[in-house]
Amino acid sequence: MNSDFPALSIKGLTKAYDNGFQALKGVDLDVMPGDFFALLGPNGAGKSTIIGIISSLVRKTTGSVAVFGHDIDKDFPLAKKDVGVVPQEFNFNQFEKVFDIVVTQAGYYGLPRKVAEQRAEKYLRRLDLWDKQDQRSRMLSGGMKRRLMIARALVHEPRLLILDEPTAGVDIELRRSLWEFLREINEQGTTIILTTHYLEEAESLCRRIAIIDQGAITQNMTTRELLAQLDKEVFVIDTQEALTACPQLDGYAVELIGSHSFEVVVEKGQSLNDLFVPLTEQGIRVTSLRNKANRLEELFLSMVNGGSKQQEMTALKELAQ
Amino acid sequence: MSLREQWIAFMTLMVKEIRRFTRIWQQTLLPPAITIALYFVIFGTLIGPRIGSMSGFTYMEFVVPGLIMLAVITNSFGNVVSSFFGSKFAGNIEELLVSPTPNYIILSGYVLGGVTRGLTVGFIVTLLSLFFTKLHIQHFGVTIAVVILTSILFSLAGLINAVFAKNFDDISIIPTFVLTPLTYLGGVFYSVSLLPEFWQKVSLLNPVLYMVNAFRYGLLGVSDIEVGTAFLMLSSVIAGLFFFAMHLLKNGKNLRS
Repeated sequence: MNSDFPALSIKGLTKAYDNGFQALKGVDLDVMPGDFFALLGPNGAGKSTIIGIISSLVRKTTGSVAVFGHDIDKDFPLAKKDVGVVPQEFNFNQFEKVFDIVVTQAGYYGLPRKVAEQRAEKYLRRLDLWDKQDQRSRMLSGGMKRRLMIARALVHEPRLLILDEPTAGVDIELRRSLWEFLREINEQGTTIILTTHYLEEAESLCRRIAIIDQGAITQNMTTRELLAQLDKEVFVIDTQEALTACPQLDGYAVELIGSHSFEVVVEKGQSLNDLFVPLTEQGIRVTSLRNKANRLEELFLSMVNGGSKQQEMTALKELAQ
Repeated sequence: MSLREQWIAFMTLMVKEIRRFTRIWQQTLLPPAITIALYFVIFGTLIGPRIGSMSGFTYMEFVVPGLIMLAVITNSFGNVVSSFFGSKFAGNIEELLVSPTPNYIILSGYVLGGVTRGLTVGFIVTLLSLFFTKLHIQHFGVTIAVVILTSILFSLAGLINAVFAKNFDDISIIPTFVLTPLTYLGGVFYSVSLLPEFWQKVSLLNPVLYMVNAFRYGLLGVSDIEVGTAFLMLSSVIAGLFFFAMHLLKNGKNLRS
Protein backbone atom coordinates (compact mmCIF):
# COMPACT_ATOMS: atom_id res chain seq x y z
CA MET A 1 0.00 0.00 0.00
CA ASN A 2 3.06 2.28 -0.38
CA SER A 3 2.99 3.18 3.33
CA ASP A 4 6.80 3.53 3.20
CA PHE A 5 6.44 6.57 0.98
CA PRO A 6 5.50 10.06 2.11
CA ALA A 7 1.82 10.85 1.68
CA LEU A 8 3.00 13.77 -0.42
CA SER A 9 6.44 14.35 -1.81
CA ILE A 10 7.20 17.54 -3.74
CA LYS A 11 10.63 18.09 -5.25
CA GLY A 12 11.87 21.26 -6.96
CA LEU A 13 8.37 22.34 -7.94
CA THR A 14 8.17 25.49 -10.03
CA LYS A 15 5.27 27.15 -11.78
CA ALA A 16 5.42 30.07 -14.15
CA TYR A 17 2.04 31.22 -15.49
CA ASP A 18 1.61 32.31 -19.10
CA ASN A 19 1.68 35.96 -18.05
CA GLY A 20 5.19 35.41 -16.68
CA PHE A 21 4.21 35.37 -12.99
CA GLN A 22 6.46 32.95 -11.12
CA ALA A 23 4.04 31.42 -8.59
CA LEU A 24 6.37 28.72 -7.29
CA LYS A 25 10.15 28.99 -7.14
CA GLY A 26 11.39 25.49 -6.35
CA VAL A 27 9.22 24.06 -3.60
CA ASP A 28 10.42 20.98 -1.70
CA LEU A 29 7.96 19.47 0.74
CA ASP A 30 7.33 16.07 2.31
CA VAL A 31 4.18 15.24 4.26
CA MET A 32 4.26 11.94 6.09
CA PRO A 33 1.35 9.47 6.26
CA GLY A 34 -1.07 10.23 9.09
CA ASP A 35 0.15 13.81 9.46
CA PHE A 36 -2.08 16.82 10.03
CA PHE A 37 -0.23 19.47 8.09
CA ALA A 38 -0.84 23.20 7.64
CA LEU A 39 0.38 25.23 4.72
CA LEU A 40 0.34 28.88 5.69
CA GLY A 41 1.06 31.95 3.67
CA PRO A 42 -0.41 35.28 2.61
CA ASN A 43 -2.59 35.59 -0.47
CA GLY A 44 -0.64 34.92 -3.65
CA ALA A 45 2.09 33.01 -1.80
CA GLY A 46 1.52 29.88 -3.90
CA LYS A 47 -0.67 27.69 -1.63
CA SER A 48 -3.50 27.21 -4.09
CA THR A 49 -1.06 26.70 -6.95
CA ILE A 50 0.51 23.77 -5.09
CA ILE A 51 -2.94 22.28 -4.44
CA GLY A 52 -3.89 22.86 -8.07
CA ILE A 53 -0.81 21.00 -9.26
CA ILE A 54 -1.43 18.06 -6.91
CA SER A 55 -5.03 17.80 -8.12
CA SER A 56 -3.96 18.25 -11.78
CA LEU A 57 -5.92 21.46 -12.33
CA VAL A 58 -2.68 23.41 -12.70
CA ARG A 59 0.20 22.27 -14.90
CA LYS A 60 3.58 22.47 -13.23
CA THR A 61 6.54 23.98 -15.04
CA THR A 62 9.27 21.78 -13.54
CA GLY A 63 9.72 19.44 -10.59
CA SER A 64 7.95 16.33 -9.42
CA VAL A 65 4.98 15.48 -7.22
CA ALA A 66 4.26 12.02 -5.83
CA VAL A 67 1.29 10.89 -3.73
CA PHE A 68 2.06 7.81 -1.64
CA GLY A 69 4.89 7.06 -4.09
CA HIS A 70 2.74 7.50 -7.22
CA ASP A 71 4.15 10.15 -9.53
CA ILE A 72 1.33 12.41 -10.77
CA ASP A 73 2.78 12.35 -14.31
CA LYS A 74 3.48 8.64 -14.63
CA ASP A 75 0.82 7.03 -12.39
CA PHE A 76 -1.84 9.71 -12.45
CA PRO A 77 -4.88 7.40 -11.96
CA LEU A 78 -3.33 5.84 -8.84
CA ALA A 79 -2.16 9.21 -7.52
CA LYS A 80 -5.61 10.74 -8.07
CA LYS A 81 -7.37 7.87 -6.31
CA ASP A 82 -5.39 8.67 -3.17
CA VAL A 83 -6.23 12.37 -3.14
CA GLY A 84 -9.40 14.19 -2.15
CA VAL A 85 -9.50 17.94 -2.67
CA VAL A 86 -11.80 20.48 -1.06
CA PRO A 87 -11.32 23.65 -3.11
CA GLN A 88 -11.71 27.20 -1.88
CA GLU A 89 -14.60 28.08 -4.20
CA PHE A 90 -17.91 26.21 -4.45
CA ASN A 91 -17.56 24.25 -7.66
CA PHE A 92 -20.50 21.86 -7.77
CA ASN A 93 -23.54 22.07 -10.01
CA GLN A 94 -25.95 24.38 -8.19
CA PHE A 95 -28.95 22.68 -9.81
CA GLU A 96 -28.12 19.14 -8.75
CA LYS A 97 -29.35 17.48 -5.61
CA VAL A 98 -26.97 17.05 -2.69
CA PHE A 99 -27.10 13.24 -2.79
CA ASP A 100 -26.58 13.13 -6.57
CA ILE A 101 -23.50 15.36 -6.38
CA VAL A 102 -21.76 12.99 -3.98
CA VAL A 103 -22.86 9.79 -5.76
CA THR A 104 -21.80 11.16 -9.17
CA GLN A 105 -18.36 12.04 -7.84
CA ALA A 106 -17.99 8.47 -6.55
CA GLY A 107 -18.89 7.23 -10.03
CA TYR A 108 -16.03 9.22 -11.54
CA TYR A 109 -13.71 7.21 -9.30
CA GLY A 110 -15.20 3.95 -10.56
CA LEU A 111 -17.19 3.08 -7.44
CA PRO A 112 -20.24 0.87 -8.15
CA ARG A 113 -23.58 2.62 -7.63
CA LYS A 114 -24.46 0.64 -4.50
CA VAL A 115 -21.15 1.41 -2.80
CA ALA A 116 -21.40 5.04 -3.91
CA GLU A 117 -24.84 5.39 -2.33
CA GLN A 118 -23.67 3.79 0.93
CA ARG A 119 -20.64 6.09 1.10
CA ALA A 120 -22.73 9.16 0.24
CA GLU A 121 -25.12 8.34 3.08
CA LYS A 122 -22.22 7.72 5.47
CA TYR A 123 -20.52 11.06 4.83
CA LEU A 124 -23.68 13.13 4.47
CA ARG A 125 -24.82 11.79 7.85
CA ARG A 126 -21.44 12.49 9.46
CA LEU A 127 -21.50 16.03 8.14
CA ASP A 128 -25.13 16.62 9.19
CA LEU A 129 -26.38 16.92 5.62
CA TRP A 130 -28.45 13.75 5.35
CA ASP A 131 -31.75 15.57 5.83
CA LYS A 132 -30.77 17.84 2.90
CA GLN A 133 -30.02 14.96 0.54
CA ASP A 134 -32.93 15.75 -1.82
CA GLN A 135 -32.37 19.51 -1.88
CA ARG A 136 -30.84 21.30 -4.82
CA SER A 137 -27.39 22.41 -3.71
CA ARG A 138 -28.09 26.08 -4.42
CA MET A 139 -30.62 26.01 -1.57
CA LEU A 140 -27.94 25.19 1.02
CA SER A 141 -26.37 27.75 3.33
CA GLY A 142 -22.69 28.62 2.90
CA GLY A 143 -21.64 26.32 5.72
CA MET A 144 -23.67 23.44 4.31
CA LYS A 145 -22.13 23.94 0.89
CA ARG A 146 -18.67 23.72 2.42
CA ARG A 147 -19.61 20.51 4.22
CA LEU A 148 -21.00 19.14 0.96
CA MET A 149 -17.63 19.73 -0.69
CA ILE A 150 -15.94 17.81 2.12
CA ALA A 151 -18.39 14.89 1.74
CA ARG A 152 -17.76 14.91 -2.01
CA ALA A 153 -13.97 14.89 -1.51
CA LEU A 154 -14.20 11.96 0.93
CA VAL A 155 -16.61 9.73 -0.96
CA HIS A 156 -13.83 7.73 -2.63
CA GLU A 157 -12.08 7.52 0.76
CA PRO A 158 -8.73 9.05 -0.19
CA ARG A 159 -5.69 8.53 2.01
CA LEU A 160 -4.72 12.19 1.55
CA LEU A 161 -7.28 14.95 2.04
CA ILE A 162 -6.34 18.48 1.00
CA LEU A 163 -8.50 21.37 2.15
CA ASP A 164 -8.00 24.85 0.74
CA GLU A 165 -9.26 27.21 3.43
CA PRO A 166 -12.07 24.90 4.56
CA THR A 167 -13.49 27.17 7.22
CA ALA A 168 -13.32 30.48 5.36
CA GLY A 169 -16.54 32.38 5.97
CA VAL A 170 -18.19 29.83 8.27
CA ASP A 171 -19.43 30.67 11.75
CA ILE A 172 -17.53 29.73 14.90
CA GLU A 173 -19.85 26.86 15.85
CA LEU A 174 -19.56 25.24 12.46
CA ARG A 175 -15.83 25.83 12.39
CA ARG A 176 -15.46 23.98 15.68
CA SER A 177 -17.60 21.08 14.45
CA LEU A 178 -15.54 20.86 11.25
CA TRP A 179 -12.36 20.80 13.35
CA GLU A 180 -13.84 17.97 15.36
CA PHE A 181 -14.67 16.05 12.19
CA LEU A 182 -11.22 16.60 10.67
CA ARG A 183 -9.51 15.45 13.88
CA GLU A 184 -11.68 12.34 13.81
CA ILE A 185 -10.81 11.32 10.25
CA ASN A 186 -7.14 12.14 10.87
CA GLU A 187 -7.17 9.81 13.89
CA GLN A 188 -8.66 7.14 11.62
CA GLY A 189 -5.58 7.41 9.38
CA THR A 190 -6.35 10.04 6.74
CA THR A 191 -3.44 12.38 6.12
CA ILE A 192 -4.69 15.98 6.06
CA ILE A 193 -3.16 19.06 4.54
CA LEU A 194 -4.94 22.34 4.98
CA THR A 195 -4.34 25.89 4.02
CA THR A 196 -5.92 28.50 6.20
CA HIS A 197 -5.90 32.16 7.08
CA TYR A 198 -7.11 31.33 10.59
CA LEU A 199 -3.82 30.72 12.28
CA GLU A 200 -5.60 29.61 15.42
CA GLU A 201 -6.93 26.77 13.27
CA ALA A 202 -3.45 25.65 12.26
CA GLU A 203 -2.18 25.93 15.85
CA SER A 204 -5.11 23.98 17.19
CA LEU A 205 -5.27 21.22 14.58
CA CYS A 206 -1.91 20.68 12.94
CA ARG A 207 1.14 18.82 14.10
CA ARG A 208 3.37 20.31 11.39
CA ILE A 209 3.32 23.69 9.73
CA ALA A 210 5.01 24.95 6.60
CA ILE A 211 5.07 28.64 5.77
CA ILE A 212 5.17 29.60 2.13
CA ASP A 213 5.98 33.10 1.02
CA GLN A 214 6.44 34.42 -2.52
CA GLY A 215 6.51 30.92 -3.97
CA ALA A 216 9.07 29.41 -1.60
CA ILE A 217 8.83 27.46 1.63
CA THR A 218 10.43 29.56 4.37
CA GLN A 219 9.67 27.32 7.39
CA ASN A 220 8.73 23.67 7.76
CA MET A 221 8.68 22.17 11.23
CA THR A 222 6.41 20.88 13.97
CA THR A 223 3.92 23.33 15.42
CA ARG A 224 5.70 23.06 18.78
CA GLU A 225 9.11 23.83 17.26
CA LEU A 226 7.66 26.75 15.39
CA LEU A 227 6.02 28.24 18.47
CA ALA A 228 9.24 27.74 20.42
CA GLN A 229 10.80 30.31 18.10
CA LEU A 230 8.66 33.00 19.66
CA ASP A 231 11.04 35.16 21.69
CA LYS A 232 8.37 37.25 23.41
CA GLU A 233 4.65 37.38 24.04
CA VAL A 234 2.43 40.25 25.09
CA PHE A 235 -0.19 39.64 27.79
CA VAL A 236 -3.08 41.89 28.71
CA ILE A 237 -3.87 41.97 32.44
CA ASP A 238 -7.18 43.31 33.79
CA THR A 239 -7.37 44.57 37.36
CA GLN A 240 -10.19 44.87 39.87
CA GLU A 241 -9.37 48.40 40.97
CA ALA A 242 -8.67 51.35 38.71
CA LEU A 243 -5.00 51.95 38.07
CA THR A 244 -3.63 55.41 38.76
CA ALA A 245 -0.13 54.62 37.51
CA CYS A 246 1.65 51.98 35.51
CA PRO A 247 2.51 48.96 37.75
CA GLN A 248 6.23 48.55 38.50
CA LEU A 249 7.48 45.12 37.37
CA ASP A 250 11.28 44.83 37.34
CA GLY A 251 12.59 43.16 34.19
CA TYR A 252 9.29 43.48 32.31
CA ALA A 253 8.17 46.12 29.84
CA VAL A 254 4.79 47.37 31.04
CA GLU A 255 2.32 49.75 29.43
CA LEU A 256 -0.94 51.11 30.80
CA ILE A 257 -3.70 50.70 28.22
CA GLY A 258 -6.80 51.58 30.24
CA SER A 259 -8.09 52.45 33.65
CA HIS A 260 -8.36 48.74 34.57
CA SER A 261 -5.83 47.09 32.26
CA PHE A 262 -2.19 47.09 31.25
CA GLU A 263 0.08 45.16 28.90
CA VAL A 264 3.19 43.31 29.91
CA VAL A 265 5.85 41.84 27.60
CA VAL A 266 7.05 38.40 28.74
CA GLU A 267 10.26 37.39 27.03
CA LYS A 268 11.56 33.89 26.44
CA GLY A 269 12.89 32.51 29.78
CA GLN A 270 10.70 34.76 31.91
CA SER A 271 7.82 33.29 33.89
CA LEU A 272 4.28 34.56 34.32
CA ASN A 273 4.47 33.45 37.98
CA ASP A 274 7.00 36.19 38.72
CA LEU A 275 4.46 38.86 37.81
CA PHE A 276 1.98 38.14 40.55
CA VAL A 277 4.14 38.67 43.67
CA PRO A 278 5.08 42.30 42.88
CA LEU A 279 1.53 43.01 41.73
CA THR A 280 0.13 41.71 45.02
CA GLU A 281 2.70 43.76 46.94
CA GLN A 282 1.48 46.87 45.08
CA GLY A 283 -2.10 46.00 46.06
CA ILE A 284 -3.16 45.23 42.53
CA ARG A 285 -5.69 42.39 42.23
CA VAL A 286 -5.74 40.63 38.87
CA THR A 287 -9.14 39.60 37.52
CA SER A 288 -8.07 38.18 34.16
CA LEU A 289 -5.05 37.58 31.96
CA ARG A 290 -5.00 36.90 28.22
CA ASN A 291 -2.54 36.65 25.35
CA LYS A 292 -2.79 39.85 23.34
CA ALA A 293 -2.58 38.08 19.96
CA ASN A 294 -2.57 34.58 18.63
CA ARG A 295 0.97 33.36 19.17
CA LEU A 296 1.30 31.82 15.75
CA GLU A 297 -0.04 34.96 14.18
CA GLU A 298 2.79 37.01 15.69
CA LEU A 299 5.34 34.51 14.50
CA PHE A 300 3.77 34.36 11.06
CA LEU A 301 3.96 38.11 10.67
CA SER A 302 7.59 38.14 11.64
CA MET A 303 8.40 35.41 9.12
CA VAL A 304 6.60 36.45 5.96
CA ASN A 305 7.46 39.39 3.77
CA GLY A 306 10.76 40.00 5.50
CA GLY A 307 9.06 41.35 8.62
CA SER A 308 9.05 45.03 7.66
CA LYS A 309 6.32 47.17 9.20
CA GLN A 310 4.61 47.99 5.93
CA GLN A 311 4.74 44.39 4.78
CA GLU A 312 3.44 43.24 8.12
CA MET A 313 0.45 45.52 7.64
CA THR A 314 -0.16 43.93 4.24
CA ALA A 315 -0.02 40.48 5.74
CA LEU A 316 -2.30 41.58 8.59
CA LYS A 317 -4.87 42.88 6.12
CA GLU A 318 -4.76 39.57 4.31
CA LEU A 319 -5.24 37.73 7.55
CA ALA A 320 -8.24 39.86 8.34
CA GLN A 321 -9.91 38.94 5.04
CA MET B 1 -8.45 2.58 -13.49
CA SER B 2 -9.57 -0.92 -14.36
CA LEU B 3 -11.86 -1.41 -17.35
CA ARG B 4 -14.80 -1.94 -14.99
CA GLU B 5 -14.06 1.31 -13.17
CA GLN B 6 -13.77 3.12 -16.49
CA TRP B 7 -17.14 1.69 -17.53
CA ILE B 8 -18.70 2.92 -14.29
CA ALA B 9 -17.19 6.39 -14.82
CA PHE B 10 -18.50 6.43 -18.40
CA MET B 11 -22.01 5.37 -17.37
CA THR B 12 -22.01 7.91 -14.54
CA LEU B 13 -21.16 10.73 -16.90
CA MET B 14 -23.53 9.60 -19.64
CA VAL B 15 -26.47 9.11 -17.26
CA LYS B 16 -25.75 12.52 -15.72
CA GLU B 17 -25.83 14.09 -19.18
CA ILE B 18 -29.08 12.36 -20.12
CA ARG B 19 -30.68 13.33 -16.82
CA ARG B 20 -29.58 16.92 -17.41
CA PHE B 21 -31.43 17.35 -20.70
CA THR B 22 -34.47 15.29 -19.69
CA ARG B 23 -34.83 17.29 -16.46
CA ILE B 24 -35.17 20.48 -18.51
CA TRP B 25 -37.19 18.91 -21.34
CA GLN B 26 -39.19 22.14 -21.73
CA GLN B 27 -35.95 23.77 -22.90
CA THR B 28 -34.34 20.85 -24.70
CA LEU B 29 -36.99 18.60 -26.26
CA LEU B 30 -40.11 20.72 -26.65
CA PRO B 31 -38.74 23.77 -28.56
CA PRO B 32 -37.14 21.80 -31.43
CA ALA B 33 -40.32 19.75 -31.78
CA ILE B 34 -42.42 22.92 -32.09
CA THR B 35 -39.95 24.59 -34.46
CA ILE B 36 -39.76 21.61 -36.81
CA ALA B 37 -43.55 21.15 -36.67
CA LEU B 38 -43.85 24.75 -37.87
CA TYR B 39 -41.47 23.96 -40.73
CA PHE B 40 -43.72 21.03 -41.65
CA VAL B 41 -46.78 23.26 -41.60
CA ILE B 42 -45.25 26.18 -43.50
CA PHE B 43 -42.92 24.52 -45.99
CA GLY B 44 -44.72 21.22 -46.33
CA THR B 45 -48.41 22.02 -46.13
CA LEU B 46 -48.71 25.70 -47.10
CA ILE B 47 -45.83 26.38 -49.53
CA GLY B 48 -44.96 22.81 -50.53
CA PRO B 49 -47.91 22.14 -52.88
CA ARG B 50 -47.03 25.31 -54.84
CA ILE B 51 -43.41 24.15 -55.26
CA GLY B 52 -44.44 20.85 -56.81
CA SER B 53 -42.29 17.71 -56.82
CA MET B 54 -38.60 17.54 -56.06
CA SER B 55 -36.41 14.60 -57.06
CA GLY B 56 -39.63 12.75 -57.83
CA PHE B 57 -41.25 13.27 -54.41
CA THR B 58 -43.75 15.74 -53.01
CA TYR B 59 -41.99 18.67 -51.36
CA MET B 60 -43.20 17.47 -47.95
CA GLU B 61 -41.70 14.01 -48.54
CA PHE B 62 -38.48 15.60 -49.75
CA VAL B 63 -38.08 18.04 -46.90
CA VAL B 64 -38.81 15.62 -44.01
CA PRO B 65 -35.38 13.88 -44.02
CA GLY B 66 -33.64 17.25 -44.14
CA LEU B 67 -35.66 18.62 -41.25
CA ILE B 68 -35.01 15.51 -39.14
CA MET B 69 -31.28 15.97 -39.79
CA LEU B 70 -31.55 19.68 -38.98
CA ALA B 71 -33.00 18.76 -35.58
CA VAL B 72 -30.38 16.06 -34.96
CA ILE B 73 -27.48 18.35 -35.90
CA THR B 74 -28.53 21.37 -33.85
CA ASN B 75 -29.49 19.35 -30.79
CA SER B 76 -26.40 17.13 -30.71
CA PHE B 77 -24.17 20.17 -31.03
CA GLY B 78 -26.22 22.31 -28.66
CA ASN B 79 -26.37 19.68 -25.93
CA VAL B 80 -22.63 19.17 -25.66
CA VAL B 81 -21.59 22.78 -26.14
CA SER B 82 -24.00 24.07 -23.49
CA SER B 83 -23.39 21.27 -21.00
CA PHE B 84 -19.60 21.26 -21.25
CA PHE B 85 -19.27 25.04 -21.29
CA GLY B 86 -21.79 25.32 -18.44
CA SER B 87 -19.68 22.93 -16.36
CA LYS B 88 -16.55 24.84 -17.24
CA PHE B 89 -18.17 28.18 -16.41
CA ALA B 90 -19.60 26.99 -13.08
CA GLY B 91 -16.39 25.17 -12.21
CA ASN B 92 -17.93 21.73 -11.73
CA ILE B 93 -15.92 20.35 -14.66
CA GLU B 94 -13.22 20.14 -11.97
CA GLU B 95 -15.14 17.23 -10.43
CA LEU B 96 -14.18 15.25 -13.52
CA LEU B 97 -10.72 16.71 -14.02
CA VAL B 98 -9.51 15.86 -10.50
CA SER B 99 -10.81 12.28 -10.80
CA PRO B 100 -8.85 9.45 -12.44
CA THR B 101 -11.38 9.29 -15.30
CA PRO B 102 -9.37 9.07 -18.55
CA ASN B 103 -9.86 11.76 -21.19
CA TYR B 104 -11.38 9.38 -23.72
CA ILE B 105 -14.08 8.47 -21.19
CA ILE B 106 -14.80 12.17 -20.55
CA LEU B 107 -15.07 12.72 -24.29
CA SER B 108 -17.20 9.62 -24.86
CA GLY B 109 -19.55 10.45 -21.98
CA TYR B 110 -20.29 13.95 -23.26
CA VAL B 111 -20.56 12.78 -26.87
CA LEU B 112 -22.97 9.96 -26.00
CA GLY B 113 -25.04 12.48 -24.04
CA GLY B 114 -25.21 14.66 -27.14
CA VAL B 115 -25.99 11.70 -29.38
CA THR B 116 -28.82 10.62 -27.09
CA ARG B 117 -30.40 14.06 -27.18
CA GLY B 118 -29.91 14.35 -30.95
CA LEU B 119 -31.52 10.98 -31.55
CA THR B 120 -34.33 11.64 -29.07
CA VAL B 121 -35.23 14.91 -30.79
CA GLY B 122 -34.82 13.22 -34.19
CA PHE B 123 -37.25 10.50 -33.10
CA ILE B 124 -39.78 13.06 -31.84
CA VAL B 125 -39.55 15.00 -35.11
CA THR B 126 -39.93 11.77 -37.10
CA LEU B 127 -43.10 10.96 -35.14
CA LEU B 128 -44.41 14.48 -35.80
CA SER B 129 -43.70 14.14 -39.51
CA LEU B 130 -46.08 11.17 -39.64
CA PHE B 131 -48.93 13.65 -39.08
CA PHE B 132 -48.00 15.31 -42.37
CA THR B 133 -46.72 12.53 -44.63
CA LYS B 134 -46.02 8.80 -44.83
CA LEU B 135 -42.50 7.50 -44.41
CA HIS B 136 -41.27 4.39 -46.17
CA ILE B 137 -37.72 3.70 -45.11
CA GLN B 138 -35.82 2.46 -48.16
CA HIS B 139 -32.49 1.58 -46.53
CA PHE B 140 -32.89 1.10 -42.80
CA GLY B 141 -29.20 0.45 -42.07
CA VAL B 142 -28.04 3.52 -43.98
CA THR B 143 -30.67 5.68 -42.25
CA ILE B 144 -29.62 4.61 -38.74
CA ALA B 145 -25.88 4.70 -39.47
CA VAL B 146 -26.02 8.19 -40.99
CA VAL B 147 -28.08 9.69 -38.20
CA ILE B 148 -25.81 8.20 -35.50
CA LEU B 149 -22.58 9.24 -37.24
CA THR B 150 -23.96 12.75 -37.81
CA SER B 151 -24.90 13.18 -34.17
CA ILE B 152 -21.46 11.90 -33.09
CA LEU B 153 -19.77 14.36 -35.43
CA PHE B 154 -21.70 17.36 -34.16
CA SER B 155 -21.39 16.31 -30.53
CA LEU B 156 -17.61 16.26 -30.98
CA ALA B 157 -17.77 19.65 -32.67
CA GLY B 158 -19.86 20.96 -29.76
CA LEU B 159 -17.27 19.83 -27.24
CA ILE B 160 -14.44 21.47 -29.19
CA ASN B 161 -16.44 24.70 -29.38
CA ALA B 162 -17.03 24.52 -25.61
CA VAL B 163 -13.33 23.98 -24.88
CA PHE B 164 -12.36 27.09 -26.83
CA ALA B 165 -15.28 29.20 -25.57
CA LYS B 166 -14.45 31.76 -22.91
CA ASN B 167 -17.91 33.27 -22.53
CA PHE B 168 -21.51 32.57 -23.48
CA ASP B 169 -21.16 34.63 -26.69
CA ASP B 170 -18.53 32.18 -27.89
CA ILE B 171 -20.95 29.26 -27.72
CA SER B 172 -23.58 31.05 -29.81
CA ILE B 173 -21.24 32.33 -32.53
CA ILE B 174 -20.56 28.94 -34.12
CA PRO B 175 -24.23 27.79 -34.20
CA THR B 176 -25.36 31.16 -35.57
CA PHE B 177 -22.67 31.97 -38.08
CA VAL B 178 -21.39 28.52 -39.08
CA LEU B 179 -23.83 25.75 -38.23
CA THR B 180 -27.05 27.43 -39.38
CA PRO B 181 -25.72 28.57 -42.80
CA LEU B 182 -24.09 25.18 -43.44
CA THR B 183 -27.30 23.36 -42.52
CA TYR B 184 -29.67 25.62 -44.46
CA LEU B 185 -27.36 25.50 -47.51
CA GLY B 186 -26.75 21.79 -47.09
CA GLY B 187 -29.71 20.58 -49.11
CA VAL B 188 -32.25 20.48 -46.28
CA PHE B 189 -34.84 22.44 -48.27
CA TYR B 190 -33.73 21.84 -51.85
CA SER B 191 -31.87 19.54 -54.17
CA VAL B 192 -28.45 20.93 -55.15
CA SER B 193 -29.22 19.84 -58.70
CA LEU B 194 -31.39 22.99 -58.85
CA LEU B 195 -28.31 25.17 -58.40
CA PRO B 196 -26.07 26.49 -61.18
CA GLU B 197 -23.08 24.23 -61.79
CA PHE B 198 -20.63 26.54 -60.00
CA TRP B 199 -22.73 26.60 -56.81
CA GLN B 200 -23.24 22.84 -57.03
CA LYS B 201 -19.45 22.45 -56.84
CA VAL B 202 -19.23 24.95 -53.97
CA SER B 203 -21.96 23.02 -52.16
CA LEU B 204 -19.78 19.90 -52.30
CA LEU B 205 -17.47 21.61 -49.79
CA ASN B 206 -20.30 21.66 -47.27
CA PRO B 207 -20.12 18.52 -45.07
CA VAL B 208 -23.78 18.85 -44.08
CA LEU B 209 -24.77 18.24 -47.71
CA TYR B 210 -23.33 14.71 -47.49
CA MET B 211 -25.15 13.91 -44.26
CA VAL B 212 -28.51 15.22 -45.38
CA ASN B 213 -28.31 13.45 -48.73
CA ALA B 214 -27.13 10.17 -47.26
CA PHE B 215 -30.01 10.30 -44.78
CA ARG B 216 -32.44 11.18 -47.56
CA TYR B 217 -31.10 8.20 -49.48
CA GLY B 218 -31.84 5.99 -46.49
CA LEU B 219 -35.43 7.23 -46.24
CA LEU B 220 -36.38 7.97 -49.87
CA GLY B 221 -33.75 6.16 -51.90
CA VAL B 222 -32.57 9.33 -53.69
CA SER B 223 -29.45 11.41 -53.15
CA ASP B 224 -27.55 14.22 -54.86
CA ILE B 225 -24.23 12.64 -53.92
CA GLU B 226 -22.63 9.20 -53.68
CA VAL B 227 -23.61 7.55 -50.39
CA GLY B 228 -20.23 5.83 -50.07
CA THR B 229 -18.54 9.21 -50.31
CA ALA B 230 -20.83 10.49 -47.57
CA PHE B 231 -19.80 7.67 -45.21
CA LEU B 232 -16.13 8.21 -46.03
CA MET B 233 -16.46 11.94 -45.33
CA LEU B 234 -18.39 11.35 -42.10
CA SER B 235 -15.87 8.81 -40.80
CA SER B 236 -12.89 10.98 -41.71
CA VAL B 237 -14.29 14.12 -40.09
CA ILE B 238 -15.29 12.17 -36.94
CA ALA B 239 -11.78 10.70 -36.66
CA GLY B 240 -10.22 14.15 -37.14
CA LEU B 241 -12.49 15.80 -34.57
CA PHE B 242 -12.01 12.95 -32.08
CA PHE B 243 -8.22 13.22 -32.14
CA PHE B 244 -8.36 17.01 -32.00
CA ALA B 245 -10.73 16.89 -29.00
CA MET B 246 -8.44 14.36 -27.27
CA HIS B 247 -5.48 16.62 -27.93
CA LEU B 248 -7.32 19.55 -26.35
CA LEU B 249 -8.31 17.54 -23.28
CA LYS B 250 -4.79 16.14 -22.87
CA ASN B 251 -3.25 19.61 -23.00
CA GLY B 252 -5.97 21.01 -20.78
CA LYS B 253 -6.72 23.82 -23.19
CA ASN B 254 -8.75 26.42 -21.25
CA LEU B 255 -9.36 23.74 -18.60
CA ARG B 256 -6.11 23.58 -16.65
CA SER B 257 -4.00 26.67 -16.01
